[in-house]
Amino acid sequence: MEKVTLTINDKKVTVDKGTTILNAAKQVGVRIPTLCHHEDLCIAGNCRVCVVEQKGTRALVASCAVPAAEGMQIYTNTKKVREARKTIIELLLSEHAGECTSCYRSGNCELQALAQEYLADGDKFIDVADRSPIDISSPAIVKDDSKCIRCLRCVRTCAELQGVSALWSVNKGNHTKVSTFMNKPMHYVVCTNCGQCINRCPTGALTERNYIEDVWAAIDDPQVHVVVQTAPAVRVGLGEALGMEPGAIVTGKMVAALKALGFNSVLDTDFTADLTIIEEGTELLLRLKEALVEKKNVALPMMTSCSPGWIKFIEHQYPELLDNLSTCKSPQQMFGALAKTYYAKKKGIDPARMISVSIMPCTAKKFEAARPEMNSSGFRDVDYVLTTRELAHMIRQAGIDFRSLPEEKYDSIMGESTGAAVIFGTTGGVMEAALRTAYEIVTGREVPFKNLNIEPVRGMEGIKSAKIKIENVKDEWKFLEGAELSVAVAHGLANADKLMKEIKSGKANFHFIEIMACPGGCIGGGGQPIPTSPEIRKKRADAIYVADSSLPLRKSHDNPEIKLIYEEFLHEPLGHHSHELLHTHYTPRRSRA
Amino acid sequence: MSVSDKNKLLEKMQERVNLIFKDTDCGAILAKGLSMKPDDIINMVTDSGLRGRGGAGFPTGIKWRGAASASGNKKYVICNADEGEPGTFKDRRILDEQSDKVITGMAICAYAVGASEGYIYLRGEYNFLKDKLQSNCDRWNKIFNSKGINFSVNVRSGSGAYVCGEETALIESMEGNRGEPRNKPPFPVGAGYMNEPTVVNNVETLAYVATIIEKGADYFKSIGTKDSMGGKVFSVSGDCSVKGVYELPLGMTIEEFVNIFGDGDTKAVQVGGASGVCVPRKNFATTVIGFEGVPTGGSMMLFNSSRSMYHVLKNFLEFFEEESCGQCTPCRVGCQQLLKGIEAIRAGEKPMSYLDELRKLAATMSVASKCGLGQSVASPFNSITEHFREEICY
Repeated sequence: MEKVTLTINDKKVTVDKGTTILNAAKQVGVRIPTLCHHEDLCIAGNCRVCVVEQKGTRALVASCAVPAAEGMQIYTNTKKVREARKTIIELLLSEHAGECTSCYRSGNCELQALAQEYLADGDKFIDVADRSPIDISSPAIVKDDSKCIRCLRCVRTCAELQGVSALWSVNKGNHTKVSTFMNKPMHYVVCTNCGQCINRCPTGALTERNYIEDVWAAIDDPQVHVVVQTAPAVRVGLGEALGMEPGAIVTGKMVAALKALGFNSVLDTDFTADLTIIEEGTELLLRLKEALVEKKNVALPMMTSCSPGWIKFIEHQYPELLDNLSTCKSPQQMFGALAKTYYAKKKGIDPARMISVSIMPCTAKKFEAARPEMNSSGFRDVDYVLTTRELAHMIRQAGIDFRSLPEEKYDSIMGESTGAAVIFGTTGGVMEAALRTAYEIVTGREVPFKNLNIEPVRGMEGIKSAKIKIENVKDEWKFLEGAELSVAVAHGLANADKLMKEIKSGKANFHFIEIMACPGGCIGGGGQPIPTSPEIRKKRADAIYVADSSLPLRKSHDNPEIKLIYEEFLHEPLGHHSHELLHTHYTPRRSRA
Repeated sequence: MSVSDKNKLLEKMQERVNLIFKDTDCGAILAKGLSMKPDDIINMVTDSGLRGRGGAGFPTGIKWRGAASASGNKKYVICNADEGEPGTFKDRRILDEQSDKVITGMAICAYAVGASEGYIYLRGEYNFLKDKLQSNCDRWNKIFNSKGINFSVNVRSGSGAYVCGEETALIESMEGNRGEPRNKPPFPVGAGYMNEPTVVNNVETLAYVATIIEKGADYFKSIGTKDSMGGKVFSVSGDCSVKGVYELPLGMTIEEFVNIFGDGDTKAVQVGGASGVCVPRKNFATTVIGFEGVPTGGSMMLFNSSRSMYHVLKNFLEFFEEESCGQCTPCRVGCQQLLKGIEAIRAGEKPMSYLDELRKLAATMSVASKCGLGQSVASPFNSITEHFREEICY
């Protein structure tokens, strides 16, 4: 690699050619403030707070956008630089409705932090904030243009990471704003509700639609039994939202906190993740049997359906592939349907007086819960979806000292789970869990990977694939003898899009595909703590695998509560009850809403 | 000075420089250019001292050298005909009357830097010229083809955004994207249109290239001054006795200029359009029109004592507020604040001292904006508020 040497504040530094001044400065311990810059996104260079002085150049240069060059002399803390940065921050404050005392992002707002750092005067310039009505059309995402500082991180996220482009920069000059196709409300465009834009918004312009007050109201109502379920990835995210290090595993503390908040039953989405594996694994084997033995024209590859962002994406962009989706509901919705039927019956609770809440790393789950078909229990299956961040808010509101909270266990039933369910929380996890079970159903043996860790489907590569040879099968699966199961895993909708194009063009041949809408899977979900970065997501994913390997049971079919529910309620995978409660259908949507 | 005296003086001035609008044999110029070595052409253009005539004044030879030495699969020459600066209308006349010279300049540039495709990016509002220009391009393309010259030129239409006159925004627009300036580096000569080496030159610059090839660098250098060589086509407007498009040598003082074009009551001249500098009467005699004084893309707006400089400035700021691409903070928000700020001072909602805050803001915009648009707003703002402070405040 070619190197260049430059000086930053008279300190010599040698970096790889192509390194930006911003990153070169990091190497000598100089932090340069940024707003539009984000590690996950392409360079924009438009907010200009990262400007630095280059000797011999009249204008300041944007350090995030300019590569270091041989002999460059950079100064990051001159009067000219400080004044320019302060003025730029003050300009941003003038187009930002500074409601810092009531803003949802207060305390975790990059603009607020910078304004404080530079002691910027928020009232120096005339208020020019765009006071368009706040867009609350979507059940998942709230868009408030008055807080927007046009850094376009959301636009880049939507286009680059998600391949959706629901948000775009429109108009020019003083009318420049982030908007949608024809300025339609968020609910009426191709938005997948993935919330990745929220995770990267430096201010409160994009936030989740929060249901904290509704949930408090349910808890406060003595007539109501409030059931709460917690998704796999929340246990490795919640601690971070409460000031702990990324990757802290806080399962027991979270359960204790939920009980302290007053939820009547604290249960685990991981239970229905295990259930998903049984249902979806069986569905896959059935589809393979239909294809190979009965020579039926079944849709293959089969694709996972756990991620509601992905579901809305495929409904909009590839409606012709909807038959390829597993008909399994997501674990959240399976849970909701069972809570108000199976659980209510077992516990003698009137489902009409039950409120079902889920804690999710996800904003798309809010949309999913609101889908009209998600009422197979006879009621709305999941009443409220809270993100990891909303739960953290409630815990703070309740004055709970989270760090010192003694750990507690989930209530029973529907609180038991396996390591296979925990790994649903990261990319590749559903695939790994499915393979652990499906391989064993077919061969009677454990998957041939050390410690059950199916490494080829792990990691942060955008699209992963693996092949598994199936040999010495049980008699009833003879048709699979010698077959090679070909699987793929994609995370981030831009990668999903790439994979779908390959499938449509016939370039890719797989039997089973796992797709997660968010980069990194649910650990990087739109409801997870802010900020996010590749490094943070890696730590959360590592924590997921630690949680998996530390559990005594690591295969979904070993979950005793799963065995129990089939014995006394569902009777068999894909059976009558399953079809009613655990499976669903999809809605083709227009690709340009 | 009587009108007839003025006309005589003007004729005399124009005799010294009559390159752009004089008909010549462009076929012969092309043949002469192609008989030279590419490197020699670049040396000749460099030696002539020709600087970009769009306003920024970047030395043309250096730009060409950059594109010639850059490596790419394909190279492009783009003629920037997005003449959007308020008060300029000279490229329109050049394209209307002398597009042969422009196309010849493009072909010579292409030959010099190794480009095979050329585009004239025509301002959206000049659509009435499009068919005529395209048919002339087609005619020249046949000539290039018949002579075995690997070059073709076509017209692309802009859509009306001022910022697309900025070369990287122009390229974005040509690629079908939002017209927003790019981060630089890389510069277009290294990675421009379709990420390939691209020369973007103003209409007038390319026309002058043809005349430099025709008459030689020394002839061109003999016009103008040592810092501002050659002629310049001016668009003269405002409170004038004579207005229109005139080719004159660079290096005149504003006083000389006003003596010819003014109405006898000129109080200020806005040199270089809305993004240029305002020169007040007291500085007419000492201000040279050229790179050593006030550079201009050609726009000369004369204001007499009946004009309110507050309204002049407000008009410019309304223009910038709307025409900023909206991408970078200093320009997007800064333009709004400058406009709202002078309105507030005028209305008594802000103290007069707020003007100093605004002048500092303009200075920040000039060093922190992403492109020339935001960087140049300080020129009119700070010159007008410096010389006409009382007109702004009261």
